Amino acid sequence: MATAPRFESVPAVREGLRSVDYLADEGIAGVVYLADRLQKPVLVEGPAGTGKTELAKSVSRMTGGRLIRLQCYEGLDESKALYEWNYKKQLLRIQAERQTDATWSEIEEDIFSEEFLLTRPLLEAIRADEPVVLLVDEVDRVEVETEALLLEVLSDYQVSVPELGTVAASQIPLVFLTSNNTRELSEALKRRCLYLHIDYPDLEREKEIVTTRVPGISEHLADQISRIVRSIRQLELKKPPSVSETLDWARTLVLLGIETVDVDQAKDTLHILLKYQSDIAKAAKELTV
Amino acid sequence: MLDVLAGFIQELRAAGLPVSLTENLDAMEAVKHIPLEDREAFKYALGATLVKSHAHWRAFETVFEVYFSLRAGEGSFDAEGDGDGQIPPDGERAEGAPQAGAGGAMEALTPEQLAEMLFQALMRGDEAMMRAIARNAVTRFAGMEPGRPVGGTYYLYRTLRNLELDAVLERLMDAARQEAGELTSLEERLERDEFQERIERLRKEIEAEIRRRLVADRGAEAMARTLRKPLPEDVDFMHASRDEMAALRRAIHPLTRKLAVRLARKRRHGRRGPLDFRNTMRHSLSYGGVPAEPKFRHPRPSKPEIMVVADISGSVAAFARFTLQFVHAISSQFSRVRSFVFIDGIDEVTRFFEGVEDVGEAVHRVNTEADVIWVDGHSDYGHAFETFRERWVKEVTPKTSLILLGDARNNYHASQSWVLGDLRKQARHVYWLNPEPRSYWDTGDSIVSEYGIHCDGVFECRNLRQLERFVEALA
Repeated sequence: MATAPRFESVPAVREGLRSVDYLADEGIAGVVYLADRLQKPVLVEGPAGTGKTELAKSVSRMTGGRLIRLQCYEGLDESKALYEWNYKKQLLRIQAERQTDATWSEIEEDIFSEEFLLTRPLLEAIRADEPVVLLVDEVDRVEVETEALLLEVLSDYQVSVPELGTVAASQIPLVFLTSNNTRELSEALKRRCLYLHIDYPDLEREKEIVTTRVPGISEHLADQISRIVRSIRQLELKKPPSVSETLDWARTLVLLGIETVDVDQAKDTLHILLKYQSDIAKAAKELTV
Repeated sequence: MLDVLAGFIQELRAAGLPVSLTENLDAMEAVKHIPLEDREAFKYALGATLVKSHAHWRAFETVFEVYFSLRAGEGSFDAEGDGDGQIPPDGERAEGAPQAGAGGAMEALTPEQLAEMLFQALMRGDEAMMRAIARNAVTRFAGMEPGRPVGGTYYLYRTLRNLELDAVLERLMDAARQEAGELTSLEERLERDEFQERIERLRKEIEAEIRRRLVADRGAEAMARTLRKPLPEDVDFMHASRDEMAALRRAIHPLTRKLAVRLARKRRHGRRGPLDFRNTMRHSLSYGGVPAEPKFRHPRPSKPEIMVVADISGSVAAFARFTLQFVHAISSQFSRVRSFVFIDGIDEVTRFFEGVEDVGEAVHRVNTEADVIWVDGHSDYGHAFETFRERWVKEVTPKTSLILLGDARNNYHASQSWVLGDLRKQARHVYWLNPEPRSYWDTGDSIVSEYGIHCDGVFECRNLRQLERFVEALA
């Protein structure tokens, strides 16, 4: 089950990500590289909208692996995350067996075979023959007890199905877990992962992101946008603007045909950047001074 | 290498980071895959394997700086030992600067020339130049002497005072204004932010330089010990510095959000209520009258009503501020929250919080607008409680939990503790939160135990962690 390393070096990862329009900084590229070498999952934390999910998608695009996504929510359970028996089909099977005189143990053996197994994302990622990227999105939304479901997959890359035995991975998938940090994740989960915190990018990187992601934007406007956003982030806001909001704002300004932002235009479009009335008022006040 | 890593991890643990054995092994495995000469990559490799919470990152960075910066450059600091004010052989990094010559001969400059160079470097955002200036400024102004038992902040202060960065900022702004002709207010603000960030970078550079030299002087272990900074949750309310206060303010919002989520979850997933007989019978019809599927009532845990009575006199103001903020931020978990603040007079401040999105702003208004002074503006718990009883006692009901905040330093006024006894008979609970360490209680003019006998519980509440625990238990 050993998998050949996917990446040459840290700069190679960075270049690769850049080629799929994801601008990684040193830290992000380094952790992705290590995740591959150490064959460990990556736990990605950070404020909303800084490109956590995007990272996993970009890595899958870069490596050409299929992306398997498990969206977490409260009440997620085994049958949605790991596997489920297709009991309707099993019932049909039993009905059909009535005609013949098969013994119970024969039927039992029959209905608990792979044919009746419905794979869910985690098992699917493990069973895949081709390289895949597994994304467990917003893992902080499940209860602490449900986290335990993930542990076996994350540390040993295997799933135990009582009726079938253990299914081990034929290749080690790259695993990304994202968390918005609405609660502390358990120690057991954290211990099994590499940790990556993606923060708001610095001025240069944000400007680059804007230029690559927004077609037709001028250098000057991108520069101005990222500087205004940086200023706004320094205020004490309920929700500072995220990268995705910066991009939305940049697209808006391009659509409006604005080349140089002045205070009034900035104020008129602030609602794209900020989502709370009190934040908008505060930022508008600050920008005028 | 193994020894260094072991020492490093030891130090991380001492700084309060929970580093487990597996993480330790992972770190060792990880560094094998990283070219050791790449310091950044090395740092991220260690960070990703050892630090599992963003709150710990700062502590990690500090320890990392102390442990690994000097080991790379140990040789160049030996010259520093005699303390004759000579700058260390000006590193290769400065050579990379366009003005490599100027960087090397910096010690010959007059202070005016140095200031001019600083100005130029900041204007252009020239990193290498800034680094060289930071080194030179430390040598020149900090007056560092080997073995002198003062902290890095003292040296930092001395260096910064001599550089007069505020004046430099104004000069930079003037220059920017001239260059562009006329700046709009927006541009003006953006320029200022830009320069401020550059100055901040310079400050960090100076700080790092001082730290490097201190480490060279005292050794990494000793240095790491003095630099050990508590995590934001563990910062003592009463002794927090300005930076720590800012960190606390930033930490409190996510903390309350987490707590609110946790409490809401607890409420939803609490145990099932008693059997609902009617509903069970109703469902039994579909099983031919057999009650096969028992139905239960949804539990509706009562939400307590909270009255917070807080001392906001100078010594405990910060504590009151955070507690008010905390309680109001999760007010959805209570049926009602009312707050009162006092020094020697008392005033209800619930109105400041009503319909306000920004709790921090409301707390600020409390501190400036509430009418809390009766005679002289020194805490008088006795009088405040008496007034409270006179004016609001009718509104204290058996559903009310009363929370009193303060250090109970009464300036030798009458305690009037019977008031609390009275209130307790009416309220559901009376709790007292004291921001002082337990060992200080009942020393000097503190009379916390005199009040304590009338309370259902008296708790030490010195940091966010303790506060969070209390509020969680309450809801």
